[in-house]
Amino acid sequence: MSAIAPNFKLSEFIKSLLDNIFWIILIVVLIGLPAIMMILFVIEMPVIDGELLTPFLALTWLADPSRILPVVKAFMATDIFRVMAFPGFGFAALLAAGTIFVERKMMAKLQLRVGPFYCGKVEGILQLMGDGLKLISKEIIIPAKADKPIFWAAPVLFVATAAAFVAFIPVAPGWVVADVELGLLGVFAVIGFFPIITILSAWSANSKFPFIGGIRALFQMVSFEIPLILSLLGVVMLTGSLNLSEIAASQSSFPWIVFLPVGAIVFFITMLAELERIPFDLPEAESEIVAGWLTELSGMMYGLVQLGTYLKLYAFAGLFVVLFLGGWNGPMVVPPFPAELLEKGIEMGPITAGPFPGLPLFTQEMLNGALWFVLKTVTVIFFIILPRGVFPRIRVDMLLNLGWTKLIGLAFVNIFIALGLLYAGVLGPGGLQ
Amino acid sequence: MTNELPPGLALRKVDERIMTLNVGPQHPGSGHMRIIVQIDGDYIVACDPDPGYVHRGEEKMAEYRNYILNIPHLERPVIHDSCNVLYPYVLGVEELLGIEVPERAKYVRVIASELNRCIYIMYWLAIYGIFLGHSTMFMWPAGDRELLIDLMEKMTGARVTHAHFVPGGVRNDLPPNFEDVCLRHVNYFEKRIKEYAAVFYDNPILIARTRDTGVLSRQDAIRFGTTGSVLRASGVDYDLRKKEPYDVYDELDVHTNVMKEGDSYARSRIPWLDMLESCNIIRQALQKMPKSGSVRVKLKPNPKGKGFDTVYKRVESGRGSLGCYIVSDGKPEPYRVKLSVPSFRNLVALPNLLRGEKLGNMPSVYWSLNYWPVEADR
Repeated sequence: MSAIAPNFKLSEFIKSLLDNIFWIILIVVLIGLPAIMMILFVIEMPVIDGELLTPFLALTWLADPSRILPVVKAFMATDIFRVMAFPGFGFAALLAAGTIFVERKMMAKLQLRVGPFYCGKVEGILQLMGDGLKLISKEIIIPAKADKPIFWAAPVLFVATAAAFVAFIPVAPGWVVADVELGLLGVFAVIGFFPIITILSAWSANSKFPFIGGIRALFQMVSFEIPLILSLLGVVMLTGSLNLSEIAASQSSFPWIVFLPVGAIVFFITMLAELERIPFDLPEAESEIVAGWLTELSGMMYGLVQLGTYLKLYAFAGLFVVLFLGGWNGPMVVPPFPAELLEKGIEMGPITAGPFPGLPLFTQEMLNGALWFVLKTVTVIFFIILPRGVFPRIRVDMLLNLGWTKLIGLAFVNIFIALGLLYAGVLGPGGLQ
Repeated sequence: MTNELPPGLALRKVDERIMTLNVGPQHPGSGHMRIIVQIDGDYIVACDPDPGYVHRGEEKMAEYRNYILNIPHLERPVIHDSCNVLYPYVLGVEELLGIEVPERAKYVRVIASELNRCIYIMYWLAIYGIFLGHSTMFMWPAGDRELLIDLMEKMTGARVTHAHFVPGGVRNDLPPNFEDVCLRHVNYFEKRIKEYAAVFYDNPILIARTRDTGVLSRQDAIRFGTTGSVLRASGVDYDLRKKEPYDVYDELDVHTNVMKEGDSYARSRIPWLDMLESCNIIRQALQKMPKSGSVRVKLKPNPKGKGFDTVYKRVESGRGSLGCYIVSDGKPEPYRVKLSVPSFRNLVALPNLLRGEKLGNMPSVYWSLNYWPVEADR
């Protein structure tokens, strides 16, 4: 990420900014103010706190932090915010978009290429947006013999399931969409849906290559779910809980990867297989079966599946962080919120802004936790992406052999290590923590 | 008159377990051809390669152009290996017309031919890499190829289709200071392709995937008439540069790479070893080449053969032995030009190799045969 796009000029950039500001002012004056006048003319306004609420008064309140901050804070406490924005879909989609960009640039550097470069002035940073627009504007072609309702539903279901998976991941203390007591079991239940959706999509396309790809995906996901679940049992035994928030909180002094490295390795490999990443991308092996179960998907249906795939990637990386790398725990690096801002406000010469009774929007622990969680997740995602540059694809029989013999055996080794630590009294209830 | 249909039209009994897949021509893993595979679960029970999608009638076109005008279009079957695909034609025409080639031109031809072999094999290797899902191995050879393409551009003026060999020598003399530049590029290229071993040829997953797949025994390799890297990977020490040296190959020390396994891995490793050997040959040729002298005999305009005459010449191309059979009837145009191409010979082995293999092995076995669809169709 060294070079700046060749036709980037600071003067032109400033000029474009000024242009935009000019148009905004023009539109506000010519359209916005007359619109407000018309509203005032037509609608009967309510009286709040003894004042007639005009649009101008509403705008004044919007600009007043002491009135708007409690509203924002109340909104952030709602479920809608949690599901749509912060620990849920929006946050995950943002990280997923970043992942796609970083993956493309990283692969390009590894393969002595440039990667996305022209779209968005600086290093092709808007390439993803361009690709998304392209996918949206493309025609959706449905095969004539496809089972249409299921074929239509499969990509949407895929994204929905991936988003449900995201909901289980605790990002910071108390910041999780679904804080269920049996969180880990819920995660397994959600993961169990992916092969069903895949085979439904593949079968309903009524085409040969998607069918083979779907069967391969089914083989792969089902046979790797067993080592996936077994490799996590060690953590569950030592923690004594299935709640993901509690598992993350239990690692305040050390992450479980220190004691259960075997489980972490098994989980990482099964994670690659569940995500269909190289070297386990057999369901999408393009030189054998075109694009596998994605072959007949076109336009935004394909885009939805890609979005779901990257949401799943984020969710798996987050799960790895929560279970083995200590979740949100980490040294406190975020500075505390300045207390005088709440009482006195900011004094700027003659003007005093505040005080702001609604602040802080986020607590210090939450910011610190989210920071560490994101850092660790990004690191794990980096290591998930890395094999793509180094390994070729493996074969179905090698994959099944790996899953059913080696990984299950190693997962049992991990369980025995956990049991040994538990009975020796080193860890667990009454142990170190 | 019987009711029996000819064998091609007879309906075959359909087994419900068997699924027929049309791999190609619109498939990322086929090239300009179609492989009809029948699979039972993950196993291939039958395979029927169907080439012919890019037939361009090169041989017929050659009958309407004179010996010199045939040069640019006869290299079209394999533009990445254009010097080598033209080599037997030029050798044959020289014998027909009785032309003696200057010593320096012979060395220039050897250098151009070996450089072109490397360029072709790099392209082949890039596609082999992506067929195995190794995207780095797609990008690296495709990029490093540029080094030699630049060198060929300096030498011949064209990047891909050089049309550099003419009856009586080569078209142009080398540019000034070419020897130093060539040596530097070739040394760097050799260093670079040695790095491929770490990321590709010694990769445990690659070895596990391609070892013992598509095994072609020594007897079968000879029986099917395969040539080049396929034959040498099956343990037959056969290289025309050594067995039937043409131009100055008898004065150079050519080492033939042979592997005994005959599997997909050996077939993919032999071209890589060939590239390293090509670098050695280029260095020797640069050393032994006369520093000055003519590179081209001046021909009469519109040369003719002497009455009815036939000639057959063959060279070792990037894919194997490539022959050219020319019949002359005393006119300025050849009566018949027949290209005997290695790609088609190697493809003959494909149905036998794929039977009983897993579907996942199909791309690696298919492309390890060093097959170039355009050349097979001519």
